Amino acid sequence: MIKVSLYSLHKSISILVLFFTFSLTFAQQIPTEPEAIADGESLFNANCKTCHRVHQKLVGPALANVYDRAPSIDWLKAFIRNSAAVIASGDEYAVNIYNEYNKTQMTAFTGLKDDQIMNILAYIKAETEKGPPVAATTAAAGGDGSGSGVPSEYLNIILIGMLLILVLLVIILIFLVSALKRFLDQKELSEEDKEVVHSPFTLSTISRSPGFIFIVIFIVGSLGFKAVINGLYSIGIQQDYQPKQPIAFSHKLHAGAYEIDCKYCHTGVLKGKSATIPSVNICMNCHRSVKTESPQIQKIWAAADWQPETLSFGPNQKPIEWVRIHNLPDLAYFNHAQHVNVANIECQTCHGPIEEMEVVKQYSLLTMGWCIDCHRKTDVNTRGNAYYDKLVELHSASNKQPMKVEDIGGLECAKCHY
Amino acid sequence: MEKESTKKIYWKGLEQLTNDTEFVKHAHQEFAPGPEEDLGHSRRDFLKMMGFGVAAVSLAACEAPIRKAIPYVDKPTDTDPSIANYYASTYTNGGDYCSIVVKTREGRPIKIEGNSLSSVTKGGTSAQVEASVLSLYDNARLRFPRVTENKKATWEDLDKAVIEKLNAIGDGKIIIVSNTIVSPSTKAVIEKFKAKYPGAELLQYDQTSHYGMLKANEESFGKAMIPSYDLSKAKVIVSVAADFLNSWLAPIEFTKQYAQTREVGEDKKEMSRHYQFETGMSLTGANADYRSQIKPSEEGAVIVQLYNLIAAKAGRSTLSGGTDKKYLAQAADDLWKSRGNALVVAGSNDKAIQVVVNGINDMLGNYGSTILPHLPVNYRQGNDEAMTQFIKDVSAGSVSGVIFYNCNPVYDHPKGADLAAGLSKVQLKVATSYKEDETASLVDFIAPDHHYLEAWNDAEPKKNHYSVAQPAITPIFKSRAAQESFLIWAGETNVDYFEVVKNNWKNWFYKSGNFQTWWDTCLYNGVLELTVEESAVSFAGNVDAAASSIASNYKGGSGFEVFVYENGTVGNGSQANNPLLQELPDPITKAVWEHYVTVAPADAKGINFKEAKTEYYTISIPGKEPVKLPVLVQPGQTPGTLGISLGYGRTKAGKVADGIGTNAYPLVNIVNGSLSYSVAGASFERAGERYQIATTQTHQTYMARQTVVQETTLSNFSRTDWKRDFQPKIATWKDPNHKVDPDALSLWKGHDYNNHHWGMAIDLNTCIGCGACVVACNVENNVSMVGREEVINRREMHWLRIDRYYSSDAAVHDVRGLEEAAENPEVVFQPMLCQHCNNAPCETVCPVAATTHSTEGLNQMTYNRCIGTRYCANNCPYKVRRFNWFKYHDNSQFEKVNPAMNTDLGKMVLNPDVTVRSRGVMEKCSFCVQRIQNGKLQAKKERRPLKDGEVITACQASCSTGAIVFGDVNDPESRISKLLKITPRNPERPNGIDKIAGNPRAYQVLEEVGVKPNIWYLTKVRNKEA
Repeated sequence: MIKVSLYSLHKSISILVLFFTFSLTFAQQIPTEPEAIADGESLFNANCKTCHRVHQKLVGPALANVYDRAPSIDWLKAFIRNSAAVIASGDEYAVNIYNEYNKTQMTAFTGLKDDQIMNILAYIKAETEKGPPVAATTAAAGGDGSGSGVPSEYLNIILIGMLLILVLLVIILIFLVSALKRFLDQKELSEEDKEVVHSPFTLSTISRSPGFIFIVIFIVGSLGFKAVINGLYSIGIQQDYQPKQPIAFSHKLHAGAYEIDCKYCHTGVLKGKSATIPSVNICMNCHRSVKTESPQIQKIWAAADWQPETLSFGPNQKPIEWVRIHNLPDLAYFNHAQHVNVANIECQTCHGPIEEMEVVKQYSLLTMGWCIDCHRKTDVNTRGNAYYDKLVELHSASNKQPMKVEDIGGLECAKCHY
Repeated sequence: MEKESTKKIYWKGLEQLTNDTEFVKHAHQEFAPGPEEDLGHSRRDFLKMMGFGVAAVSLAACEAPIRKAIPYVDKPTDTDPSIANYYASTYTNGGDYCSIVVKTREGRPIKIEGNSLSSVTKGGTSAQVEASVLSLYDNARLRFPRVTENKKATWEDLDKAVIEKLNAIGDGKIIIVSNTIVSPSTKAVIEKFKAKYPGAELLQYDQTSHYGMLKANEESFGKAMIPSYDLSKAKVIVSVAADFLNSWLAPIEFTKQYAQTREVGEDKKEMSRHYQFETGMSLTGANADYRSQIKPSEEGAVIVQLYNLIAAKAGRSTLSGGTDKKYLAQAADDLWKSRGNALVVAGSNDKAIQVVVNGINDMLGNYGSTILPHLPVNYRQGNDEAMTQFIKDVSAGSVSGVIFYNCNPVYDHPKGADLAAGLSKVQLKVATSYKEDETASLVDFIAPDHHYLEAWNDAEPKKNHYSVAQPAITPIFKSRAAQESFLIWAGETNVDYFEVVKNNWKNWFYKSGNFQTWWDTCLYNGVLELTVEESAVSFAGNVDAAASSIASNYKGGSGFEVFVYENGTVGNGSQANNPLLQELPDPITKAVWEHYVTVAPADAKGINFKEAKTEYYTISIPGKEPVKLPVLVQPGQTPGTLGISLGYGRTKAGKVADGIGTNAYPLVNIVNGSLSYSVAGASFERAGERYQIATTQTHQTYMARQTVVQETTLSNFSRTDWKRDFQPKIATWKDPNHKVDPDALSLWKGHDYNNHHWGMAIDLNTCIGCGACVVACNVENNVSMVGREEVINRREMHWLRIDRYYSSDAAVHDVRGLEEAAENPEVVFQPMLCQHCNNAPCETVCPVAATTHSTEGLNQMTYNRCIGTRYCANNCPYKVRRFNWFKYHDNSQFEKVNPAMNTDLGKMVLNPDVTVRSRGVMEKCSFCVQRIQNGKLQAKKERRPLKDGEVITACQASCSTGAIVFGDVNDPESRISKLLKITPRNPERPNGIDKIAGNPRAYQVLEEVGVKPNIWYLTKVRNKEA
C-alpha cells in the first residue's frame, strides 16, 4: 500500500516536474526579441521557404499560427527534425498532414538546434501577427536626386539664352548685309562686281560652296565612324539575348509568384564556378505530382522517361538541350561561388529582375568593362570572414574609405585570365 | 660589380665548353631565326587576304552561334559541373606500381597525383605515371573487340568463338603470357581459368628482367624473392650499374628514400654518400657523389673486387678475380665504416653477380636495416628461362593456345621475332591489349581490356601492402576488363570484376565491423597496409662458384661493348605513344623525339657534334641484325662502349611513336639463363648520312652569366662559418670599398603584398632531375607539344625545364683539366621556371601591359592582351618565356605530336580551368594561379584564413623528392618561410617585397641583376672529401 502510494507520489511528482518544466519552457517559448526574429527570418529563408509560406499554402501548409495549431512545440521540433519518424510512430496529426499533402515527405532538418527552431517560430509568429501582406504596395520612391553639378533648369535657361543670342546675331547680320548692299548700290560699280553683289542667294549656291561641302562630309564621316566603332564594340555582346527555350519554363512563375529560392534549382551557385542549370531530377522533385498534365511538364517527363507507376526514372533518358544565354569567352574565368557565396551578391545584381521574366534574357552587358566597373565600386563583403581579417586591418590603417574589390587586387589580369 | 671567387665552370653541352661559334650565335638569340620567311607576297596575295578578311569580319559580325547547355538528367550526388572530384586509385603498368589520386572534372580524369597515404610510394610519382592520363585518351585504342578480320565484333561473337576454340584444345597447353602481375585478384581469376582448363599456365616475363636477382636470392636465402630496400637508412650507397632513381626495380620508392638521406640543413649536416660504378651516364650516376666509369663486362669483376676488399676487412676468405677501379677502395672503406647502415646494389640481371652482391651485403650486416627480406616486393616476377622455353615451344608447335594478357613480347622480348614467326602454329591466339600493338596485330582475337583508369583492380606491390584501383571514368569504348574475359571464358557465372575484387578483399582482409564502412575506407584511402612480422635471414649463397661463373662469362674482348638501357622518358616503350613522354627531354641527353646511340667523347673523335648535328652510324653485333642510329656524344660514358635505349622502334603503337628509332630489345643477350642487357664485340661504323638530333640541351642559355648554379662539399658545409662561394656585392657611389647586396639597391621604392606573397624554394641537393615535374606542369597547364621539327627550331613550349649542367674542378685556364672533365664530369640539375621577379624586367617592356604584377607577387601573363612583340622574352634574364609560333590546337599539322589539343578524344585531358593559348601570344609559368585561386576561394567559402600547404603547385605535387616547396612567404609559420628563414628586409614593412632568406644555402639565380625573384634555390652539397 505504502509502496503504491509512494509509486503514485513519485509518479505525480514526476508529472508535476514534467509539467513544470514544460510550462516553464512554454513560458520561455517563442522569443520576441528582434534579433531572434531576424535570425529566424534568415533561417526560414534558407531552409523553409522552398516549400512553405506563412500565409500561403505552397508545397507544404501555410505556417501562420502553426505554434498554436500543432499538438505541441516539442512535437514541432520532432517533426521538423525527422518527420518520417513522427509519421512512422503513427502520430495522428502527423499522418493526417502527410495524407493531406499528397504524401510528400518533408526534408529532415536534423542539423537545426532547439534555439534555431524557436527563432524560426519567432519569425513565423511575428509574421502571423503582421497579417497577410497588402497587395498594393507604395511605389518605390525614386528619381529625386538626379545627378550632381548644375541643376537642369539653369541649364535650360542658359541654352535658351544662347539660342536667343544666336537668333539676334542672325538678325543683325541680315540687317548688316542689306545695309551694305544698299551702300554698294549707291556706288559706281563694274558689271562684274555688280553681279557679285547681286548674286542670287539660292540653295544651289550654298550646296556648292566648299565650306558647306566640308561640313557635310565631316558630319557624315564622323557619324559613320561612330557607327562603325559602335558596331565593332557590340561584336560578341549579347545583351537582351532572349532565345526560345525547348521548354517554356517561367522564372516569373517559379521565382516570382512561388518565390522558390534560386539556390533550390541552381545548386552549384554556392559551390563552384558554374551555377548549374538544374538537372531533370530537380524538376521532378515537384513535378512528379504538380501540374503533371501540362504539355511542358510532359516534356520533362519524357526527358526523364518517368515511370509514374514506380515513381522512378526510366531507361530511355534524354537530356534537355537548353539554349545557353550567358556566354563568357573561354579566356575569362568567372566563379559563381566567389560572388554569391563569399561576396553575398544577389542574383538579381547581374541577372536583373529574373523573377519578372517569363523568358530569361541576358540582362547585363557581361563585358570586361562591366566587370571592372563593379569591382571598382563594390565594397568587399568581409563581415564574418576571417580570410579578410588581415587585409581589412592593413587597409583601414592607411585608408578611411571602405575596402573595395579593386583595393585587394580585383582589377588584376590573373584574377580572371589564366 | 665584383665577382667573388668561384672556380667551377658549368656547361650545358660541349659546344658551350668549347665556345663554339654556332653556340654563341644561338645563345645571343633566344629564338632561332627559323626557316626563311617567304618575302614574295604579291599584290594578288594581298587582295586575297583582304577579301578573306572582309568576309571573316562580316561573318563574325553575324549572330553568335547558339550554344547549348545540357545538364544531367539524373545528377549523381557529389558530382557538380566545374568542381573537381578526386579518387584514390592505383597505377600499374606491368610490374611498375604507384599509388595515385586521380583528379576528375565533369567525369573525365585530367591529372594524376601521388597518394601520400601509401607507405610504399609516399605520394611520389614519376614522369610515366604523370603522363599515363593522356594514354587513356590515346586515339590508337581499340573501339571494339576484334574477331579475326571483323574489327567491329561484339563481345558475344568473341566469347563464343574463343570458348569454342578453348574447348577444342581441351587438355592442350594454353599459355597466358603476361608481364609481372601485382594484382592478387587478377592472379585469383587466372587460377579459376586454370582450374577450368588444366593445360593452362601463367607465364610472366619482364621487359627489364630481375630474374637474376630472384634466382640469386633463392640460392642465398632459399626463397625466390626480391627484398624491399630502405635507402633512407643507408649512410653509404654503392651502386654498380643500378639506375635505381630512374628504372631499376622501384624508382619512385627509392627516389623518396634517397632524397631523405640527401636533405641537409643547419641542424642536419650529414648526408648519405653515393658511389656509382656504371657505363653510360645514368640519372642515378648523375646524382652520385663519386662516379666511376666501368664497362658492362666489368660489372662482375668490380663486384668481386668490392667483395674481396670488404672480406679482407671482415677477415673472410677472398674470391678469385676482380678488377680495381677508381674510388673502389674508398667505397669499400666507407661501406665498412658504415656497416649495418650501408647498401650495395647491382643492376645486373646475372644470378652470379647478384649472389656476390648478397654476400657483400651480408658481410656488412645490411640485412634487416637497409635490406628487408621479410618484406618482399612483387614488382618483378618474370621468369626468363620459362619465357625463352615458351618461345621455343611455340616455334616447335607444341603450344595449342596462347593468351597475351596486356603484354607485347613480339616487340619487347629479345626473341620477339621468333615468337612472331612461330605464332602461326598456335591454334588459339588471344590478346587483351587495349591497342592493336605488335603482338595483338598477330592474334585472331583481341579482347581489349580497359585502360587502368577505367577499371577496378587491386595490387600487392609489397608483402601485406595492398592497394585498390577504382575507375575514374566510365569505359570510353566497348572494352571489357580482361579479368572478366578470363572469368567468362572459364565459364564462371559471377563475372563482375568489381564484385570479385570486393569479395576477395572481404574474404582476405576484412576482420570485423561494418563491411561497407570498411570497404569505403579502403576506397577512400586507396591503400590497406597490414603488419608484417620481421624475420631474420641467413646467407647461404655460394660466392666462390659465383665468382668463377663471373670470370668465365665476362671476357670483354675486342670491339665496342653495347649496353641497352631504359631512359627516363619512354622507359620500356609500353607508353611510347604518349607525346608527353616523347617531348620530355631525356634527363641526361636532353634529346626529345629521338633515338640515338650514345658514345664517349673519346670515341667521338671525328664526329662533329655541334648543336647536336650528327651522323648515322651502324652498330654491328655478330649474330644480330645491324642497327643504324645517329650518334649522340655523351660526356661521362665509358670509352669503348655504346649505349642504346629501349622503348623506340615501335611499329604499331600509334601515330606518335611509330617510326622513331630502332627496336633495341633484339640486342638483349641471354647469359646464365637470364636476360643480359649488354653485349660485347660490336663494331661501330660511319653510315654516312647527316642527321640533326632534336635536343633542348643548349636552348635558353644565360648569356655568359656563370653563377647560376651554386654548390659546395659536405666537409665545407659542415664548417660553422660556411658561406656560399659566390655572393655578389655591388659597389656604390659612396666609395669603391662600400659594397652592398644587390638586393638592397633598387630604382623602385618597392611595394607591399598585403595578402599573400607567393614564393618557391627549390633544393638543388634533393632534385634528382627526373622530369616528373615537367610532365605534371604540361598536363596541369595545357602546355602544347610541338614535335621534333619545332624543337630543332628552338620552339619548345615547356614552362618548366630542367637545366642539366656538367662541371669540372679544373680551372678555366687549365685546358687539359677541362678535357679530362668532359670525360667524366659532375652533373647538376636545376629546375628553371618563371622566377616571378618582384622587379620583373618583362613587365616594363611590354607595350600593351599584357604582363603585369599582381598584389600577391605573381608575374601575370594575360594571353588575350598579348600582341606578340616578344620584347618580354628578349628582356627575361632567365629565358623562361615561350612564344606560340603556331596555333597548336585544332591544327591538323600538329595532330600527330599534340593529340591533346587536336583530337576530340585527346581534348578530354585538357584542364578546363586553364586557357588553351592561341598563335602569336607569349606564355610562361603562372605559379599554377588556378590552384592558388581555387585554394583561396575554398578558404573564403569556409570563412577562414588560408592554411599553409593548401595550395601546392603541380610541380611540387609531382616531386617525389620534395625538392620543391611553394608557399606564402608573408606567413612566418609557413613551411617555406621556415625552410628559407625568411625575414623582411625592412622590419617596418613586413609585407614588403624585400625579403631576406636567412638559410645560408639559399640564393637567387642572377641575384646580381637585381630583379628580385620570388624563387630561391638551395645550394647543392656534394658528399665529397675536401
